Amino acid sequence: MRTISDHILDIVQNSVKAGATLIEIIVREDWNEDLYTLEIRDNGCGMDQQTATRALEPFFTSRTTRKVGLGLPLLRQNAEQSGGQVTIASEPGKGTVVTAQFGYGHIDRPAMGDIAGVFILTAIGHPNCHFAYHHTTPEGDFALSTSELKETLGEVPLNDPDIMGAIRELFVNNLEGIKASK
Amino acid sequence: MNKITSLADLKKMKGQVQTKLKMRENSDAADTLVQIKVGMATCGIASGAKETMSFFVEETSHQAIDAVVTQTGCMGFCYAEPTVEITLPGKEPVVFGHVDKAKAREIIDRYIIKGELVDGIIPVNFKTIHD
Repeated sequence: MRTISDHILDIVQNSVKAGATLIEIIVREDWNEDLYTLEIRDNGCGMDQQTATRALEPFFTSRTTRKVGLGLPLLRQNAEQSGGQVTIASEPGKGTVVTAQFGYGHIDRPAMGDIAGVFILTAIGHPNCHFAYHHTTPEGDFALSTSELKETLGEVPLNDPDIMGAIRELFVNNLEGIKASK
Repeated sequence: MNKITSLADLKKMKGQVQTKLKMRENSDAADTLVQIKVGMATCGIASGAKETMSFFVEETSHQAIDAVVTQTGCMGFCYAEPTVEITLPGKEPVVFGHVDKAKAREIIDRYIIKGELVDGIIPVNFKTIHD
């Protein structure tokens, strides 16, 4: 995983597999505290304490197609390399919150990367889930959700290239506006 | 074109796209719908499945192919990522491995449009070659 947006694309899959219908992606940049926080909250099936702890281990997975599960461990590796950590708070039947903290100015903190592309593809890839993106920096906020998009676009599909281009522009312009780290 | 910075700007664009879409609404939907599932687990993403999916979404739309592109988890062929499962209308699903942009183009141009089989099918679905 080269960028934080790659991790988002990946971790969100876990939420989808857990049967979540609402998935929130929250990014907070705290320049004064030198913190870059990524939080992914879902209302999926959740897991017990023991499973939540084991989920951060590379050779744990609940799936049967293969014996390794590297999504969360790779996120943990990147977080820890930049002086941060990953925590999972989960409750069976309620949902899960995965929080990854990175050192904002740390040289090993991955760049955000193509978050617009990730958001659009995730929304297209899981038409039955709602996704909400929220990005905060000391300069301001940017929020966008798939329900807002669907309301705005009506019957016009998200996967039209012009619409995808426009949503990408919406992301880029707004994130630039709040001086979000790239 | 003006800069798009809000949902209101997006709404303004909607009109133009709607007219364009109406012009191509002559297909008989359900039985011509091609289903494309891109493996988007950790292994897929690390191998570039995001670019592959982007390409399928853009290209099927450009060529006005009636397709629905979705994401799926790991299909167990981590060594062959990015993997893509394609179901042509009325046919069995076929899984392709090592699908980069070039392969994706070949799959669209030859398999999806012309129905020819192309290299790179994952053997589990080998039988579809013979049916």
